[in-house]
Amino acid sequence: MSKKITIEPVTRVEGHGKVTIKLDDLGRVTESRLHIVEFRGFERFIQGRPYWEAPVLVQRLCGICPVSHHLAAAKALDVIVGAGTGEGLTVTGEKIRRLMHYGQFFQSHVLHFFHLSSPDFLFGIDAAPELRNIIAVAQENRELAYQGIMMRKYGQEVIAATAGKKIHGTGAIPGGVNKNLSLDERDSLLKGPDPMSADKMVEWSLGALDFFKHYHKNNREMVDNYASFPSNHLSLVRKDGALDIYHGVLRAVDNEGRRILNDVDYQDYNHYIEEEVRNWTYMKFPYLKEYGREKGWYRVGPLARLNVCDFIPTPLAQKEFEEFKAYTKGKPNGMSLHYHWARLIEVLHAAEVMRDLLNDPDLQGNDLVVKGKRQEEGVGVIEAPRGTLFHHYKVGDNDLITMANLIVSTTNNNEPMNRAVNATAKAFMNGQQEITEPMMNAVEVAIRAYDPCLSCATHALGQMPLEVTLVNEQDEVIDKKIKG
Amino acid sequence: MEKKVIATTSLAGCFGCHMSFLDIDERLLDLIELVEFNKSPIDDIKRFTKPVDIGIIEGGCANSENVEVLRYFRENCKILVSLGECAIMGGLPAMRNGISIDECLAEAYLNGPTVQLNKEKILPNDEEIPMLLDRVVPCHEVVKIDYFLPGCAPRADLIWDALVAIVTGKEMDLPYEVIKFD
Ligand code: SF4
Repeated sequence: MSKKITIEPVTRVEGHGKVTIKLDDLGRVTESRLHIVEFRGFERFIQGRPYWEAPVLVQRLCGICPVSHHLAAAKALDVIVGAGTGEGLTVTGEKIRRLMHYGQFFQSHVLHFFHLSSPDFLFGIDAAPELRNIIAVAQENRELAYQGIMMRKYGQEVIAATAGKKIHGTGAIPGGVNKNLSLDERDSLLKGPDPMSADKMVEWSLGALDFFKHYHKNNREMVDNYASFPSNHLSLVRKDGALDIYHGVLRAVDNEGRRILNDVDYQDYNHYIEEEVRNWTYMKFPYLKEYGREKGWYRVGPLARLNVCDFIPTPLAQKEFEEFKAYTKGKPNGMSLHYHWARLIEVLHAAEVMRDLLNDPDLQGNDLVVKGKRQEEGVGVIEAPRGTLFHHYKVGDNDLITMANLIVSTTNNNEPMNRAVNATAKAFMNGQQEITEPMMNAVEVAIRAYDPCLSCATHALGQMPLEVTLVNEQDEVIDKKIKG
Repeated sequence: MEKKVIATTSLAGCFGCHMSFLDIDERLLDLIELVEFNKSPIDDIKRFTKPVDIGIIEGGCANSENVEVLRYFRENCKILVSLGECAIMGGLPAMRNGISIDECLAEAYLNGPTVQLNKEKILPNDEEIPMLLDRVVPCHEVVKIDYFLPGCAPRADLIWDALVAIVTGKEMDLPYEVIKFD
């Protein structure tokens, strides 16, 4: 009897998606898929809108990392208003945007680790579903939950101070920003009432990293073998090879660490990247054109960024980075659960960068916007928390948008997430008599490591329930099991 | 006092309303003294396990699954709250309402500058993915909604005050300044 298992909705990820797994007569996994089930149509309905609306409209695709969309759109429009790419802005303009982005990085990564993933580490993937949530974390380890909540709050406050609002702000405009950081805002973020200070965030970030490293030490085999497979990796890096999430050039490495995309200008992104459409999901499958669909797919996000960059330009995170690199002897790391490790190193980096920026008097500058010769087309690329994010717009003479193309972070991770589902389904379900709830959660744990924001990806978002349907060869349902 | 039971869902929304909910920050720790969470994307409860007092809906309805989930919430929740512009008016996703679905799909899967040559004109159409509605509709066009909290996203304080009001049964104060959409 062959079976089909559906995990729907996948929870504790930010998105509308579901998983189906097919088993043959002998209970072997024959096929597994992560389906993205929502579709928005943004590329089409943005057409005909004035270009300056894009940064505020497009972020409504995703309320979890709205700043990333806000800034990627603004960067593309910088090009259109003739302010150039990245370096063209005023110092204040660029640094305010950076602060906004690092604040967003911090809050999003913290949300993912503390609110969404920590239950798996605290209680184990086979714990009762009622336990696997931030509320149970708060009951079990109040201090951990409290730190998570306050760290996220800190990131949100940074966003509010730079973008005007915690969710769907308006701070970035084509060619710059519409406000600087006042001294009052700076002081409250720098020294704020305890625990809301920049130093405390650095200290707590180190604590979170220790928490994970400790877990890793005690569960090494599980963490290292969970959905582990080789891949290419793609991200932006600063021109000198440093980790930079706001601006840089595109670089990709293969699983041996060889450069397969060598620091190219992202304005030409469509020379290098192509996407495949499959009929069972709204999320496309991007790959490096030169290597084709089979060999050209890649990972993005925290793990990929640390595999791609040469160093991290803040001291504490650099030290952690060296330890992280040494673990795989300098070779790219293909272990899915190490996304969490990489993510927490980035949390620390973001905390350090925010502290440095807040101490920088350029943030109180008054020169905010640049304009130049109007262009017809622009591409904006940024490292969103979940990975490389591409925005591409064309604008007509009447200032109305005529074309929009988005490749969002989670879409870039489509192939690796599907592989992670497959690897975990095989590891946990192959040949089992009965499919249990913990087995299904195991699949979700693998997906969750990628922190997919399925909202962006479709471009939509939501949650995934978990439902298992057993079907026979005629595809008739024989049994149904619902998780949760 | 028995804890009130809360459930939340995101239909055709961006999760920003859920994020704003989390922006009540430390008050989350107070909230869990007052209420108990059932089905929600922030936990692993995928089907209701008991009757729910307050169901919070983010997002309007863009596909058949959104409609099913919304009806499922209505059946199981005593009070339903439309949270945010998308739930109340369709929001940004409703910008597609003046355009045909075919055009939207063609732009995303056939014409985009990075889409590979899609000669067979493959569009997502598998049985596993829900049917798109021809128009994105607000929640109250599908089921009865008891309360509406405006904003995109509604401010955390507003969400907090509304929850406290519902849970304690006390009327909430709604000054003119909070009655706005952003
Ligand atoms: S109302 Fe705004 S914040 Fe809420 S789901 Fe819609 S777009 Fe997102």
